[in-house]
Amino acid sequence: MSAELDDLYQEVILDHNRRPRNFRRLEGGQHAEGFNPLCGDRLTVYLQIDDEGRIGDVSFQGSGCAISKASASLMTDSVKGATVAEAARLFDRFQQMITGPADGPIDRLGKLEALAGVRRFPVRVKCASLAWHTLRAALEANEGMVTTE
Amino acid sequence: MPAGSPSSAQTFDVARIRRDFPILQRRVHGRPLVYLDNAATTQKPAAVVDRLARYYREENANIHRGVHALSVEATDAYDAARETVRRFLNAGDAREIVFVRGTTEAINLVAATWGRTHLGAGDEVVVTEMEHHSNIVPWQLACQAAGARLRVAPITDAGELRLDAFEQLLCPRTRVVAVNHVSNALGTVNPVKEIARRAHAHGAVVLVDGAQAVAHLPVDVRAIGCDFYAFSGHKVFGPTGVGALWGRAELLDAMPPYQGGGDMIRSVTFERTLYNELPYKFEAGTPNIAGAVGLASALDYVAAIGLDRIAAHEHELTSYGTDALSCIGGLRLTGTAPGKAGILAFVIDDIHPHDIGTILDRAGVAIRAGHHCCQPLMGRLGVPATARASLALYNTREDVDALAAALRDAKAVFA
Repeated sequence: MSAELDDLYQEVILDHNRRPRNFRRLEGGQHAEGFNPLCGDRLTVYLQIDDEGRIGDVSFQGSGCAISKASASLMTDSVKGATVAEAARLFDRFQQMITGPADGPIDRLGKLEALAGVRRFPVRVKCASLAWHTLRAALEANEGMVTTE
Repeated sequence: MPAGSPSSAQTFDVARIRRDFPILQRRVHGRPLVYLDNAATTQKPAAVVDRLARYYREENANIHRGVHALSVEATDAYDAARETVRRFLNAGDAREIVFVRGTTEAINLVAATWGRTHLGAGDEVVVTEMEHHSNIVPWQLACQAAGARLRVAPITDAGELRLDAFEQLLCPRTRVVAVNHVSNALGTVNPVKEIARRAHAHGAVVLVDGAQAVAHLPVDVRAIGCDFYAFSGHKVFGPTGVGALWGRAELLDAMPPYQGGGDMIRSVTFERTLYNELPYKFEAGTPNIAGAVGLASALDYVAAIGLDRIAAHEHELTSYGTDALSCIGGLRLTGTAPGKAGILAFVIDDIHPHDIGTILDRAGVAIRAGHHCCQPLMGRLGVPATARASLALYNTREDVDALAAALRDAKAVFA
């Protein structure tokens, strides 16, 4: 096994794939559905925004590869309690990390840094960003389906 | 024997065949390339690459309109390529061979032109659950335009067409039956001769999508008894962007042109245009001359080895691969029809096909993961996607062993 593969499929990713956090339906909030036509990944992100404009609760459901599932799971953990603007900034920084130069420095993104290995697998960037695109659609209360295409 | 032709020795000499394909020498991620994505596209023998280069270096000119020597040579090469395709399919007449971009364009051509003149409100088009999107969507478009209805013949869990259920769909309103010769996602070889016989008994015409057949088994359109046969050059060791449609002359003659332009006309005035004869009526504009010439060299290459021998080699390798993959715990083959072609499609418990594809790639093993342009079939199988290894004449037991070893690595990652 190559070091790059070990980096991509590191224990945190495998753990979130096996036991995704916040993997449930949330009633009474906003949601959006995301689809990656390339590989058939499909997930729904559910949100509840509290009175202060913060993401009070967030969850997801769906099926997909290990990268898309782990990314969705890690995302829900990291945006819970964030304001809408903070979540949008986090998405930008996450996107920069997974599309950045293969050996460039990694931004400090806490648990999300586990997905930095995606930089070396450009065809998997869409898998890692699907949940985030879907989150943005849910924040905009966009009920239509977003795709990574 | 022309230079670059393969050995015609009785034994199937894979090592020698592999030397004909320069790309098989390269390494991927530091590992020897194990190319098992032949259903997506096949690699090209040096004979084809050299033929393309020779065309552009020595013969390039436009066809059918120049009086100069190069134009005559290019026209001769293009016409000879058409005759090569005719011989390859055992068609009766080279006028029945239309050069197109590939299988997709061939099916769109028939659906659009034959469909426009023969499909009406209430008519029916029959396809199967195992069709590629390119043999579904053109018919949906034709049905929408005509107010006709698309009917779908079901398959068994093993991936075989249910002939009894297919027969029940046939009725006097059935105008066309469109079916693949070999399924790209399952490997199933459809009984196209029997399908054509039953469809004709109900007055329907039959189009066979031969994209996955031509590189793997002998094709004889007259023995099949179909009305149209479509294939792509790049899936039979030829260049991309060229393929052929065979159609019965009387059907092609009665169909309106697909595209208008140069070469497809006999005379043009602003009041009235007379169309050219077959096959030029369907070849508007400057065609892919180099592509057709390259395709002919690919067909010559395959014919020199012999499709019977290629089929036997791939059948043996498919059996070997089926046994090797069946030993892997949690792996389930999708598509287990008896006598299937060299497609090994599978799913593994708790590992998504896309993750399998990435891990195999780093071991130098190229496969395809996804829905294989068969989303309705994936729905029928109850999976979002499958992983697919697809064989060709240059694959070996060592390739299959490398696949199995890399799959064990993938299982170790996700254990």
